[in-house]
Amino acid sequence: MSEPAIVARDLTRRFGSFTAVDAISFDVQPGEVFGFLGANGAGKTTAIRILTGLLAPSSGSARVAGFDVATQSEKIKRAIGYMSQKFSLYEDLTVRENATLYGGIYGLTNDEIRARTEAMLQRLRLTDAANTRVRAIPLGWRQKLAFSVALLHRPRVVFLDEPTGGVDPIVRRQFWELIYETAQSGTTVLVTTHYMDEAEYCDRISIMVEGRIEALGTPSELKDRFSERTMDDLFVRLARPPHNRGTEAPRNRGTAHA
Amino acid sequence: MSTAVDVAQLSKRFGETIALDDVAFRVETGELFGFIGPDGAGKTTLFRILATLMVPDSGRATVLGHDVARDLWKIRPRLGYMAGRFSLYPDLSVEENLRFYASIFGTTIAAEYERIRPIYSQLEPFRDRRAGALSGGMKQKLALSCALVRRPELLLLDEPTTGVDAVSRREFWDLLAELKATGLTIIVSTPYMDEATRCDRVALIDKGKILATDRPAALTRAYAHPLLAVRAANRYGALLALRRFPHVHTVFPFGEVLHYADARVSSDTDAIAGEVERFLSEQQIASEAFVVEATIEDAFIERLS
Repeated sequence: MSEPAIVARDLTRRFGSFTAVDAISFDVQPGEVFGFLGANGAGKTTAIRILTGLLAPSSGSARVAGFDVATQSEKIKRAIGYMSQKFSLYEDLTVRENATLYGGIYGLTNDEIRARTEAMLQRLRLTDAANTRVRAIPLGWRQKLAFSVALLHRPRVVFLDEPTGGVDPIVRRQFWELIYETAQSGTTVLVTTHYMDEAEYCDRISIMVEGRIEALGTPSELKDRFSERTMDDLFVRLARPPHNRGTEAPRNRGTAHA
Repeated sequence: MSTAVDVAQLSKRFGETIALDDVAFRVETGELFGFIGPDGAGKTTLFRILATLMVPDSGRATVLGHDVARDLWKIRPRLGYMAGRFSLYPDLSVEENLRFYASIFGTTIAAEYERIRPIYSQLEPFRDRRAGALSGGMKQKLALSCALVRRPELLLLDEPTTGVDAVSRREFWDLLAELKATGLTIIVSTPYMDEATRCDRVALIDKGKILATDRPAALTRAYAHPLLAVRAANRYGALLALRRFPHVHTVFPFGEVLHYADARVSSDTDAIAGEVERFLSEQQIASEAFVVEATIEDAFIERLS
C-alpha cells in the first residue's frame, strides 16, 4: 500500500496555556473522502491550519502528501488544494480569468492552464460561460466551478470547508458526485463541516471534542458503536460533554479573545 | 383560528433578478412555520417584506391584520425580527445590547425577564462579554433574546441556525418549541432540510417560487415513487450503474447510501429491491437495497426536477 495521504501522530498545538489541538493521531488513505468534524471551538480550524502548512505544531508530527508540516510547509501548499464555501472565486473575474489566476499561482505553464481549463469547462458543460463573470453564474455552478479550479494543479489532497452548505439538494448531490469522481481518481478529499448530513457522505469521519479525536470510523460503524440512531444524535452526545451543555463559549477555541 | 400572516400574489424583482415570483401563503396564529430553501431562493427578501423593511412590487402581504406597505407603523411594534446576519452591537456587552433593545421599546430586562429567561439564562454567565466575542450559537441566542424582549406577537427569524454547530442548532430549535408553547407565532427560514420536521408546516421555496406548502409528514407521504436505499462499498460505481437501470426515475447519493426512485409508480417495492440488487451484482457490484420512507430532501428533489 502506498504512503497515506495524511499521517498525524500526537499532533499538538498550544496557544500559551491553552491546548487547542491535543495529541491527535490519524491516517487518511489516498482516494479516501474523510470528514473532519467538531463543534465550533473543538480545535478543527487549528488542526486544518497545521495540516495545510499555515501553522507549525507545538509537538507531534504530521505528513501531508508526503511532506512534513513542520519543515516542508511550502511544499505542502503546492501539493494541496483548498476550497471554502465562504470564499472561493473572484466574482469580478470571468470563469477563464479565475482559472488562469489560480493556475498561475500554482506555477502551471500557459499551455497547461489553457488545456486544463478547456477540459474542466467541458467536463462541467460550462464552455459557453468561459467568458462570463463568476458573479453572473448561478450559485450551484459556482460551487462546482470553485471545486474544479481548486483541482486545476492536480493536488494530491484537497481540503473542503463546508462545501455544500446552503445549496439546493440536487446541486448538493451533483457536488458529492464530483467529490466521489475526484476521490476515485486517487485524490484524497478532506471535508471539514459541522453539518452531520454532510458528514454522512464521507467514507470515514473523525469527531474532535476539546482538542482530541473522540471518535473515528465510518458513519455506520460509529452509529453502531455508540448505539445512536443518527449522526446528529451521536455528534450532540460527543461534542457537548455534560459539564459544558448550553454554554459552548468557555472553551471557544481558535478565537483568541474568547 | 385567526391568521397572523396572509400573503397573495407577492412579487419582487431587483433589476433582472426575480427574487419573489407570485408567492402566496398563510400562517395561522400560534403556528411554527418554516421556509425551507437554498441560498438565493428569496427567503431573505420575503422576510424583509414581512418585517416592513421593503415594499413588494406587486401583490399583497398582511401581517397581524395590517398591510405591510400602508400600515407599517401598526405592525412594527408588534414584531420581533432577527436578521440573517448578526445585527447586534459587537462592541457592547451581552447585557448592554439587551438593555438597549429593551429601552427602545419602552421596557426593561427586569420587566421582561420571565419571557426571555429560557434563553437569556444561558447567556447570563457571560453578560459582561462583548457581543462580538461570542461564539456563533451564543450570538444567535443573544439576537433571539433581543427580538423577544420587546414582547412581540410574531417572531420572524431569518436563517437563525446558519453557521452554528449541530449542538447549538438543536438547542435553538428546542427553544423555539418552548416559545411556540407560549402561543407565539414564529416564522423561520433555513437552508437545512432536516430542520423542516421541527415545524408545524413548511413551505419549500426555490428561485422565488413556493414549490409546496404542507405539514412535513404530508410532504414526505406525498412522495409518489417506490424509494430504496442502496448500500454498496463501491458507492460511486453503483451510482453510475443504476443510472443505466431500465426503470430508474432518479438516483442520487444520500449520505452513506444512494436513494433510488423507481419510475414504476405502483409496484411491489420489495420486488424492486431484489431487481436492483440483481442488476448491480450482474455488474460485479455487491449491494444491499432496502425500502425507505422519503425524507423532506427527497420531496424537495422531486419537486425541483
